[in-house]
Amino acid sequence: MVPASFEYLRPSTLSEAVSLLSEKGDEAKIISGGQSLIPMMKFRLSRPACLIDINRIPNLEYIKEEDGYLKIGGLTREAELESSHLVRSKFPILHDTSFVIADAQVRNLATVGGNLAHGDPANDHPATMLALNAEIVATGPQGERVIPIHEFFVSIFTTALRPDEILTEIRIPSRNSRNGGAYLKVERKVGDYATAGVAVQLSLQDRDQIERAGIGLTNVGPTPIKANRAEAFLQGKMLDDENMDQAARLASEEAQPNSDLRGPAEYKTALVKELTRRALRRALERARQ
Amino acid sequence: MPGTHQVSIRINGVEVKADVEPRLLLVHFIRETAGLTGTHIGCDTSSCGACTVLLNGRPIKSCTAFAVQADGAEVSTVEGLNRDGQMHPIQEGFHQEHGLQCGFCTPGMMMSARALLDKNPKPDEQEIRWAIAGNLCRCTGYQNIVNAIQYASKKMTEGAAA
Repeated sequence: MVPASFEYLRPSTLSEAVSLLSEKGDEAKIISGGQSLIPMMKFRLSRPACLIDINRIPNLEYIKEEDGYLKIGGLTREAELESSHLVRSKFPILHDTSFVIADAQVRNLATVGGNLAHGDPANDHPATMLALNAEIVATGPQGERVIPIHEFFVSIFTTALRPDEILTEIRIPSRNSRNGGAYLKVERKVGDYATAGVAVQLSLQDRDQIERAGIGLTNVGPTPIKANRAEAFLQGKMLDDENMDQAARLASEEAQPNSDLRGPAEYKTALVKELTRRALRRALERARQ
Repeated sequence: MPGTHQVSIRINGVEVKADVEPRLLLVHFIRETAGLTGTHIGCDTSSCGACTVLLNGRPIKSCTAFAVQADGAEVSTVEGLNRDGQMHPIQEGFHQEHGLQCGFCTPGMMMSARALLDKNPKPDEQEIRWAIAGNLCRCTGYQNIVNAIQYASKKMTEGAAA
């Protein structure tokens, strides 16, 4: 399958990329890893007149701790996240996530920024970033703007990015040492999208009461879902079996799955409940370590 | 009509230059422009891994990258495995361990195996299975492919020690 013709532009700086994007407007798409975009172009689900390739722009691939944040450059590959010691030791939820995205070949090209900017509720990083309360840095003609993650996913394949903005960084607030998270995904086979996925990040106070719980859901609605009611319920509580069950039930009620080839809606709702319970348990173990 | 771009890609150490349309996929550049048909096109949707090649040493699916994006890069394909008419240990392993039946997935399997062994010369079985998780084989049930990669690992590490 060959995509429709397009104009190809390869800026070498971020400012050049932003001005090309302003000039071309809606006609243009940014290509980073291309692992979602190229298949969509083959199927004519996407038919951009122009591709702006940001892969040669320097200094957009990094994972670093700075100013109280873990900062991930927009072009950072999933494979880098998977092999990063910093990620594995301090944010194992991100390692969990990149590890179950597609397969090794895809992860070598696919980017974390693209996984978010694509706005696909079936992608895995959105739920994780919702649980982590991340911020998205968008760079446009007026400079940088920070978008809280809970405002980022507008509707299916639509994010809060403006047509002339590029996702350049993801910022995750660093927390005290008593925090932990986990991402669990049920997929039919390696490389498939989630039948359902649940991301949980917990911060604990001294006596193990929950200071903050973040819960994100994958592929059970038109957008990635933040389980607000389950999060609010857990705040200030101890994570005993009863509270875990109640939080899992609330999260499953917040899911809005459709029946499709991956299973009936009732099954997916039940999966969210069980995955939430298991992710809470694993997040708690990690937070206590 | 958007114009063409001149690209230069080193494939198995040989520079290949051509004027290409931006929409030309890397796999078509390899097969049709460079004439190296060892790299196969299977699903064409980034699922099967038959088109796996190494781009600057890392395995990717060449049906899901544009040739223009690989301008200036090094690409390795299955044709680059043998040296002076001698089979590479990975090829020998697939031969000795019966790691293929129809052979369609084999070039991609071998390139994923090569990337794995370059990074991790003595992988355990789980690491091998994880590394080839993006390559589908519909004939063998994978066991002989795993054996073939273990054979290559053994031969390459013994060779290095000698």
